[in-house]
Amino acid sequence: MWDWAFTFEILPTLAKAAVISIEATLLGFVLAATLGLVLALTRIAVPWTAWPISVLVELIRSTPLLIQIFFLYFVFPSFGVTLDAFTAGVLALGIHYAAYCSEVYRAGFDNIPRGQWEASIALNLSPWTTFRDIIIPQAIPPIVPALGNYLVALFKETPLLSAIAVLELMQTAKIIGSETFRYTEPITMVGLFFLAMSLVSAAFIRAAERLLNRRPAR
Amino acid sequence: MTDRPMVRFEKVSKRYGPLTVLDSLELDIARNEKVAIIGPSGSGKTTVLRMLMTLEAIDDGVIWVEGEPLTHMERNGKLIPADRAHIRKIRAKIGMVFQSFNLFPHMTAMANCIEAPITVLGMSRKEAEERAAGLLEMVGLSQKKEHYPAQLSGGQQQRVAIARALAMRPKIMLFDEVTSALDPELVGEVLQVIRRLGSEHDLTMLMVTHQMGFAKEFADRVCFFSQGKICEQGPPKAFFGNPQNERTKQFLHAVLEAG
Repeated sequence: MWDWAFTFEILPTLAKAAVISIEATLLGFVLAATLGLVLALTRIAVPWTAWPISVLVELIRSTPLLIQIFFLYFVFPSFGVTLDAFTAGVLALGIHYAAYCSEVYRAGFDNIPRGQWEASIALNLSPWTTFRDIIIPQAIPPIVPALGNYLVALFKETPLLSAIAVLELMQTAKIIGSETFRYTEPITMVGLFFLAMSLVSAAFIRAAERLLNRRPAR
Repeated sequence: MTDRPMVRFEKVSKRYGPLTVLDSLELDIARNEKVAIIGPSGSGKTTVLRMLMTLEAIDDGVIWVEGEPLTHMERNGKLIPADRAHIRKIRAKIGMVFQSFNLFPHMTAMANCIEAPITVLGMSRKEAEERAAGLLEMVGLSQKKEHYPAQLSGGQQQRVAIARALAMRPKIMLFDEVTSALDPELVGEVLQVIRRLGSEHDLTMLMVTHQMGFAKEFADRVCFFSQGKICEQGPPKAFFGNPQNERTKQFLHAVLEAG
């Protein structure tokens, strides 16, 4: 049933593919976290954008990620924008999770007492300084766990990129399977890899949380 | 122009929907004058401070600071609503201390006091720290510079908030019920600091307060607000000793009875 020799044989190939999965995750999450923050800040700084941003966020959250991936990869070329599979995949992951992250940031900002904004105005701080020095440092630590959950969720969605033939773990496992007619080892290894990575990231997130909450509570 | 008022409210109105909070307020405050604003809750007294600090927009009228419009700016001899840059320029003359302190909880007392001088006034860190150290000493907290707000008592937090506002060298200081959130035994230390400010600094001070004793002893003028208007005002001696208005009498009777 389980062939150890075969497992060790395919391990280097899977390891290379794992690097692609991790790259896609990290790039996608950096995009998601940044774009999500930009969306959340924009709707506060420029009030009239709140409604269009809500619609956009709802649109992204209410459609499947797979469709968004296909859209970027297969439909965009007809508008003259051709992306390679990896770029399209990372963009789709990033934009999809940016919609979720922006809501998390928004909750974080909403939890800042009004007095903090008022004190910033009374001290004549610029809006930019207020965000950078007063609001963001207080808003981010409590939402790190929520953002971390999205990091893990995003990571677990990277196998969707196999649908546009990005050579990440899932796609590689499928190729190995179709070439050797053995699916047990590659698919199991991919599953174990995701399990291990998810547990490791969860531990990192908890550590980051502890670090950020070391300051005395208000 | 020495007779130019430090602050002038010219026919200023504020409404929330159908509710008129301030009705065509006219109020001049002279340079270095200490004005206590008293009145029942909902009388619009806190709104006066909040409008002057630009935390609330006004619906009618003009607020002037040292002869310059705060809420408006002059264009071709006409007053138009002020833009952000203009508001920031005039607002620099004003500082405010809040009922709930509103210190930045993620910053030490020192960091609270140097944030604005560095980022707004462009001071060097060293210079800002020297100024802040002086102010923290004045409010009796030299030993607490590196403490976070959560590690300080309410009275100490409020004194840091006063030092933080003073670090911007305002000409006008607004105190919005600054002792209302404090335990009774901590009220004295904050009032003591305000007393010192009044006697040692050239500051125009407006305070909304429920401390009648303090208003009587400290203020040059007491304004009694009721239903969005100044009902009665005058030097504390006359105001407390011989109030003219029926509503003033009722109010003073009620608060003195309670306190």
